[in-house]
Amino acid sequence: MEKTLDLKYTYTEKKDTRSGFGDGLLEAGRKNPNVVGLCADLIGSLKMGAFQKEFPDRFFQVGIAEANMIGLAAGMTIGGKIPFTGTFANFSTGRVYDQIRQSVAYSDKNVKICASHAGLTLGEDGATHQILEDLGMMRMLPHMTVINPCDYNQTKAATLALVDHVGPAYLRFGRPSWPIFTPADLKFEIGKAWKMIDGNDVTIFATGHLVWEAVVAEAMLREEGISAEVINIHTIKPLDEEAILKSVAKTGCAVSAEEHQLNGGLGDSIAQVLSRNNPAPLEYVGVNDSFGESGTPTQLLEKYGLNAENIVKAAKKALKRK
Amino acid sequence: MEKKSTDQLKQICSQVRRDCLRMVHAVQSGHPGAALGLCEYFVALYFNEMEHDSNFNFDGKDEDLFFLSNGHVSALWYSVLARSGYFSTDELATFRKINSRLQGHPATHEGLPGIRIASGSLGQGLSVAIGTAQAKKINGDNKTVYVMMGDGEQQEGQVWEAAMYAAHHKVDNLIAAIDYNGQQIDGPTVKVMDLKNLKAKWEAFGWEVLEIKKGNDMESVLAGLEEAGKLKGNGKPILILLYTEMGFGVDFMVGTHKWHGVAPSDAELENALGQLEETLGDY
Ligand SMILES: Cc1ncc(C[n+]2csc(CCOP(=O)(O)OP(=O)(O)O)c2C)c(N)n1
Repeated sequence: MEKTLDLKYTYTEKKDTRSGFGDGLLEAGRKNPNVVGLCADLIGSLKMGAFQKEFPDRFFQVGIAEANMIGLAAGMTIGGKIPFTGTFANFSTGRVYDQIRQSVAYSDKNVKICASHAGLTLGEDGATHQILEDLGMMRMLPHMTVINPCDYNQTKAATLALVDHVGPAYLRFGRPSWPIFTPADLKFEIGKAWKMIDGNDVTIFATGHLVWEAVVAEAMLREEGISAEVINIHTIKPLDEEAILKSVAKTGCAVSAEEHQLNGGLGDSIAQVLSRNNPAPLEYVGVNDSFGESGTPTQLLEKYGLNAENIVKAAKKALKRK
Repeated sequence: MEKKSTDQLKQICSQVRRDCLRMVHAVQSGHPGAALGLCEYFVALYFNEMEHDSNFNFDGKDEDLFFLSNGHVSALWYSVLARSGYFSTDELATFRKINSRLQGHPATHEGLPGIRIASGSLGQGLSVAIGTAQAKKINGDNKTVYVMMGDGEQQEGQVWEAAMYAAHHKVDNLIAAIDYNGQQIDGPTVKVMDLKNLKAKWEAFGWEVLEIKKGNDMESVLAGLEEAGKLKGNGKPILILLYTEMGFGVDFMVGTHKWHGVAPSDAELENALGQLEETLGDY
């Protein structure tokens, strides 16, 4: 299906976004001697092995003890270290929410919480591991910056950008091999939405893996004569309200797309902005108040209504409501 | 359920190992290492030790109950549940596939008989088992609650919160076990995060600790479980340190963390199955 479409962005290679994190962390370590890494028995899964190898004195294996890891990281900032913690997204957030809340967010510590295997696309491990609430939990915390990049390149760039950013941050990425469709040399600006495709009829705000689905959806809509604007919201918080309002002022309606619960995620963030400023129709693509399950990433995105076809449907619905 | 002979139990183990490998292979995902290492213990529990009813009753009143805290060992549990009649062995073919009741990690959400709580996020099962054991006491139900944990899992703080609680509240109708295989994801436990003297730690927390040094030897497992059973009701919770070998039963999988969460290829599966007799018929 993708092949026959006239896509505005294409790819020649697929890679997991977690590798973007691993490669970014290694580079970050070379650039800044204060960067330290911590991991809770998932070095391979988080792709932190290269950093560990090159900087054994700046890497800490904490074992299966995520709460301890967050506390350690918070402590290391006192003395100027920039800790990057690594574990699965579920154990990076839900497992340690109060540790993050008190020792990192409230105390305003420069900890970078790096979370892999987020969302449904983690696949066969199933619902216990497929966190779909992390963006909501993290964006609710005052002081917290929340970033959800879309491919290998953007994840690598985001990791590097976080070294220079001061303050608590949550970086969310995933497990599956995914198209690399953004340029490798694009600068990552925290808090600045990236308009990827210009359009007039409807705006698609997408984050994470679903940015790719949005790119596919744009081409599908174009075939039917609908002009969609695609905006990559890699930073959920702080949200680029200006870019959102500017786009919706032009298109008059919008769709949000995220690998997350409808409750509390990107869609809700955008709804807040729209309802206060320009209450235009907004349709949500996301998981509708349910847990995930085992399956392949493709099967799960389809079953839970998160793929390009669903974005197309949502866009048409939003258009009708204009 | 009538008790099986040791030989029969060993035969079941061989079949269960085949099931685990075939399940993980079919979906190219899952955790064969600890599953192979824990076969003897699970089979001994489900086919000899526990009084349980495969016509699954969620509250399990007047039954011995089992909880799996290290939920990634799901393939083994599903095979043992199916082989002891909780559901059809055919269903093992759906493991980790979409729309299956056999989720990647154990879940109640899809209603699979035999499972009473979700697990997968480590460190939580002991607390749950203690709670259920206390509910049994309140109900005047004198059956036993069993719970399995991993050794890497001991690094989670919640395990020790639970350990302290159970001793304080004299939860002596509980037999916990640690799969002491010395391995976790990133390598041997001693290298990742040394557990040091686990026996002394649990004893210091006020538990009755006994060791099954040969956790892959059916006679030893049966003897250990019998001994543990005798310690019940003495005011202390009971812990079994179960020494196993990860990947036991397949020569190229044994004793390494490499097979913690990796599926065998076609050729590897064939090689492995060649080492395990098909005793009860593959699903
Ligand atoms: C809270 C939590 N953190 C991390 C993980 C990821 N994880 C799954 S299994 C595992 C290693 C478990 O080690 P152990 O208990 O020794 O089990 P074994 O390797 O022997 O199967 C880890 C870190 C998890 N499932 N839950």
